[in-house]
Amino acid sequence: MSGVNTLKERTENLKIAKTIKLFIGGEFPRTESGRSVPVYLHKTKKLYANVCVASRKDLRNAVTAAQAAQKGWQSKSAYNRSQIIYRMAEMMEAKREEFTESLTATLGLTPVQANKSVDAAIEALVYYAGFADKYQQVLGAVNPVSGPHHNFTSTEAVGVVGLIANEKFDLAAFVAQLAAIIVSGNAVVALLSENGSALLAPLAETLATSDLSKGVVNLLSGSTEELYKQFGLHMELQSLSVQLSDSKKLTELKVLAADNMKRVVWPTEQPVSLEHLMGFVEFKTVWHPIGY
Amino acid sequence: MLETLDNGKPIRESRDIDIPLVAAHFFYYAGWADKLQYAIPGAKSVPKPLGVVGQIIPWNFPLLMAAWKIAPALACGNTVVLKPAETTSLTCLLLAEIIQEAGLPEGVVNIVTGAGETGAAIVNHPDINKVAFTGSTEVGKIIARSVANTDKKLTLELGGKSAHIIYEDAAIDQAVEGVINGIFFNQGHVCCAGSRLLLEESVADTVVEKLKARMEKLRVGNPLDKNTDVGAINSAAEHVKIKKLIETGKTEGGEFFEPASVNLPTKGYFHKPCFFNRVSSAFTLSRVEVFGPVLAISTFRTTQEAISKANDTQYGLAAGIWSEKGSKIHKTAAALKAGVIWANTYNKFDPTSPFGGFNESGYGREGGRHGLFPYLDI
Repeated sequence: MSGVNTLKERTENLKIAKTIKLFIGGEFPRTESGRSVPVYLHKTKKLYANVCVASRKDLRNAVTAAQAAQKGWQSKSAYNRSQIIYRMAEMMEAKREEFTESLTATLGLTPVQANKSVDAAIEALVYYAGFADKYQQVLGAVNPVSGPHHNFTSTEAVGVVGLIANEKFDLAAFVAQLAAIIVSGNAVVALLSENGSALLAPLAETLATSDLSKGVVNLLSGSTEELYKQFGLHMELQSLSVQLSDSKKLTELKVLAADNMKRVVWPTEQPVSLEHLMGFVEFKTVWHPIGY
Repeated sequence: MLETLDNGKPIRESRDIDIPLVAAHFFYYAGWADKLQYAIPGAKSVPKPLGVVGQIIPWNFPLLMAAWKIAPALACGNTVVLKPAETTSLTCLLLAEIIQEAGLPEGVVNIVTGAGETGAAIVNHPDINKVAFTGSTEVGKIIARSVANTDKKLTLELGGKSAHIIYEDAAIDQAVEGVINGIFFNQGHVCCAGSRLLLEESVADTVVEKLKARMEKLRVGNPLDKNTDVGAINSAAEHVKIKKLIETGKTEGGEFFEPASVNLPTKGYFHKPCFFNRVSSAFTLSRVEVFGPVLAISTFRTTQEAISKANDTQYGLAAGIWSEKGSKIHKTAAALKAGVIWANTYNKFDPTSPFGGFNESGYGREGGRHGLFPYLDI
């Protein structure tokens, strides 16, 4: 094995710290604010990477990108959405080493824990990929109205969803939530917590190489404290998924969300389930007379 | 009879629409009570009820809204505290007598009368596990804020400014009837009223002329007369609100029309069905819910324009589409941001059919299997 360094050796020999950029509209821009903060190797002061501190303007740009992408994503065939989300699982597997490296280096997970976390994330992607062309039949209905009408209820995306990751950052829960949101044709603007910010790099690279339309998923790193209220205030977000454990922030977000009647969803016990997907669909009922 | 006396709606509507739908709604949900494990496919156990639900309903369909609220709540095993609107409490109190006769255990359904303060007491009571509200978007937002720091589940069925699209290939005479029913049904006191009429330019003049002719024939008057088409406005306050909005409409522009041959009774709160033609989407009447017999008309040239005009609202409750071309209906229905879409019909309701809106028209559905979800712990 001469000449081939192990990951551990490479990490230790790494001289140039990464600079992790944002992921907006399928591009990798720096924050318009020019701000960045260092991420250290877990419990040390050794530099691992520099990450962007996204601003309100970055959030607005990301929402614009998500809006532009949402209709096209929703109108792709369910089969195609399924393939793309499955492809995300494949690409995540291909980048397993980068994910586990980041999880161990910045969050202090053991290699076993890190691999389990990646396993769970991939499983969630595969699970939701399979649901892309099935939940409609499970959740929709043909309704037996009295009288000569055909009446059916179908599911529809809510639009653009804001996702705020948990403070501690749980990769599997984050990815599961992401998949639950996009499977039904929504676009998402997600804020990784400070703890999870270095994971933005492998996540964005996974998304960028999965045939996912640009702008369907947008990832921001930055200060949860600084940005969470902006998610609540943004009038072009139709829904919020709040993974924060801080109940005070959740309450504030629910209050702000009322201004444009955003749907607010917060963690349930089963992040991988049909019930979870239901938080991001609307039901539309169509009537038509039957006759000659 | 009591509903018409209390609310002012035509007896024909109370008799043929409201009351039969009330009975059908209770009957439909009664059947769900022992089948809740099928409410959501794949549930590992029978879903549990939420507990005590607080329900607040409006004055436009007093008894029907009570049925929409109480029936699914009980079917799922919850108990209920319901507040009817302060101007239309009578039929709910009559319903309480029927509930007693039916042998429902004491305390399962509780009806408290009162105005906003009573509603707030229900919403804010710590032992209420779920709030269901039908009413204005303004109050809906207040409720959403006041339960934000609790785990209370919330469903809101709020206002609307629903678009009614007529394409040039529509069956025009039927469409005109649909428009009449869409906006003048129940004096326009309907959250899903088709209050914005969008006409394809090539048929706009024809539709407007036919609409005028049809409106001249509307019978506005005594709600207890079974020939009456349009009854009384529910209260003086509502009547003032409608008149004010019409004045605003007149200052903003557009061509105002009200039928000359329609005579109003001299006593009571009656209002002539009317419309504003050639309104811009920036006008107040294109944006604000009037909740009265006032229609705003504008035109479009392409399907795309019809859809974007229809979706140019913060609401998303309902919409109507008239066309004889199936593919166009499906394309339009899919693109409209609304929870209920009536194609070649309007204002149809059924216990099996989910009802509720997108965006600022609220969240949650009432009716059908989907109407169970808000009352179950899932």
